[in-house]
Amino acid sequence: MTSTTIEYTRESVQAAVSTGRSRDRNTGSLVFLILLWFSLFFGVMVLLVLIVNTAIDGAPRFDSELLTNYDSTLFPEKTGFRAGILGTVWLMVTTAAMAVPLGIAAALYLEEFADGTRWYNRIIELNLQNLAAVPSVVYGLLAVAVMALIGFQRKGIVLGGAIALALLILPVIIITTREAIRAVPNEIRFGSLALGATMLQTTWRQTLPSSIPGIATGTILGLSRAIGEAAPLLLLGIAGAVRFDPTGVLSPTTALPIQIYATTSQSQEAYQQAAAAAIIVLLVMVLALNGLAIFIRNKFQREW
Amino acid sequence: MNDSSATASGPPSGAGLTRASIDLSPRSRPVESVVKAGLMGSAMLSVLITFGIIAALIEPVIHFFGQVPFGDFLNTEGTYAVIPLIGGTLVTTFVALVVAVPLGLGAAMYLSEYASKRARKALKPTVELLAGVPSVVYGFFALSFVTPTLLQDILNMQVGFTNALAAGLVLGVMIIPTIASLSEDALSAVPQAMRQGSLAMGANRMQTTLRVVLPAALSGVAAAVVLGLSRAIGETMIVALAAGAQKNLSLDPREGMQTMTGFIAQTAGGENPVGSVDYNMLFAVGLLLFLITLVINAISIAFVRRFRQAY
Repeated sequence: MTSTTIEYTRESVQAAVSTGRSRDRNTGSLVFLILLWFSLFFGVMVLLVLIVNTAIDGAPRFDSELLTNYDSTLFPEKTGFRAGILGTVWLMVTTAAMAVPLGIAAALYLEEFADGTRWYNRIIELNLQNLAAVPSVVYGLLAVAVMALIGFQRKGIVLGGAIALALLILPVIIITTREAIRAVPNEIRFGSLALGATMLQTTWRQTLPSSIPGIATGTILGLSRAIGEAAPLLLLGIAGAVRFDPTGVLSPTTALPIQIYATTSQSQEAYQQAAAAAIIVLLVMVLALNGLAIFIRNKFQREW
Repeated sequence: MNDSSATASGPPSGAGLTRASIDLSPRSRPVESVVKAGLMGSAMLSVLITFGIIAALIEPVIHFFGQVPFGDFLNTEGTYAVIPLIGGTLVTTFVALVVAVPLGLGAAMYLSEYASKRARKALKPTVELLAGVPSVVYGFFALSFVTPTLLQDILNMQVGFTNALAAGLVLGVMIIPTIASLSEDALSAVPQAMRQGSLAMGANRMQTTLRVVLPAALSGVAAAVVLGLSRAIGETMIVALAAGAQKNLSLDPREGMQTMTGFIAQTAGGENPVGSVDYNMLFAVGLLLFLITLVINAISIAFVRRFRQAY
């Protein structure tokens, strides 16, 4: 009995010594630890203040008119975000339709086919790292030029905004898709190849299906970044005061973040309340996307 | 990439005496090569985008400098002066780094050196939550809470409705996750033996973290800070809403001042006909912004290379 107790204590002492925890009890160390705790939870505190503050500001406008009315200059207290919400949905679908196939194709090439020692593949790698950090307004300027090339001057249509957002999230999708493909163990590829499948058949029937949960997670996280972007859309002439539903990719539109920006810039109290309430709607949309991504990751992702 | 060893084991060098029944020579597969070319094209598109950005910016910029002398652009005052915009960006970015570097690094040190594996898994997403908030929401927060409540009421400061301080503070909160997440990677990459050596010499965890782990991870931490800097410079909606819409060359963050990105957003939001001087100036400022972030990103990538090589 006694000997086991002693051994137990010795082990725990050794464990404590090996992590340095036993010497953490002086004032300096404690202050340091408290500072670290503070920096860790600072973000959560700010987020809480932000949500509570915004919810209080927007409380008078949590009504169905917020979602069903168009923007109104005559009745600021009845202004709504219908055009923005529908515009954002159109933008997201169009953005995904452009960015997802391109992103997956590029990631497949880089992971499965490219020879990483070739200079042109190294340039692609370096370029991707760099594109991921290009400011979003710059993508807006690029999309303006692309739209001018295909004959649409700054008219604020869905297609233009979607091109800007697709360019913006393409590096994100490529990087996360590559990680998902890399996580598929080589044995699966070797097994397929050994049975006589070609590289393409292996990729299409084995590697790609195995990495779909990871790809879906990355895509949704990319879209959740795009959904809140306003800066590149501003450059494409997408304005806040649109009082009709978008009808197609060539239809002029607005977007929820743009409407929030335009409403916040108005000085009347009623507009500030409407903006705060719309922010809660936007946060719920972002949160829903993130929740979906986490759900897919936990439910479908396999540990190899 | 990884399977090249499998396919490259190559055709047999012998005359095929025993393997005559199996043909291992590369057969031409037209579909395979077409699809491969298509995939490669998609990857090449990313390079095309970079050149597209430069090409898209250059043409209006050439027009701009045909209309406005270069000296008026690189001037401290005047309609087309860019120096006050750079000044505004520097002030807001500096405030942001003052907030984000200690807090981001603190969170990273806790996650890497103090938290258990399970705690890290649970705590890391809470730090990254901040990165998911749309920037226009942060801008509204700066206008509706940071300036009126925090700065004017609680801290009793004499600041205007828009000021660089509020914008910079919120900008700093936004880039905390960038700095925290990359610094954590760098700190975690420091070999365990270095920590054990330090602890064996009698140092406690604080001394080990600050004097052994942090210096060893310095280039990775520097890369994280530089990337955060690039994010802060390029962030648009916070400064467009909260930093101000007037050019103001000043080092006092309590004043309102327009930044480069703020100028781009506010000018683009207005009605400027395509081809006008103001419209072309958007592209001139955009090109400058792109070049600045390009250089900063290159520095960050170089730092990352160094810390990867070290261990």
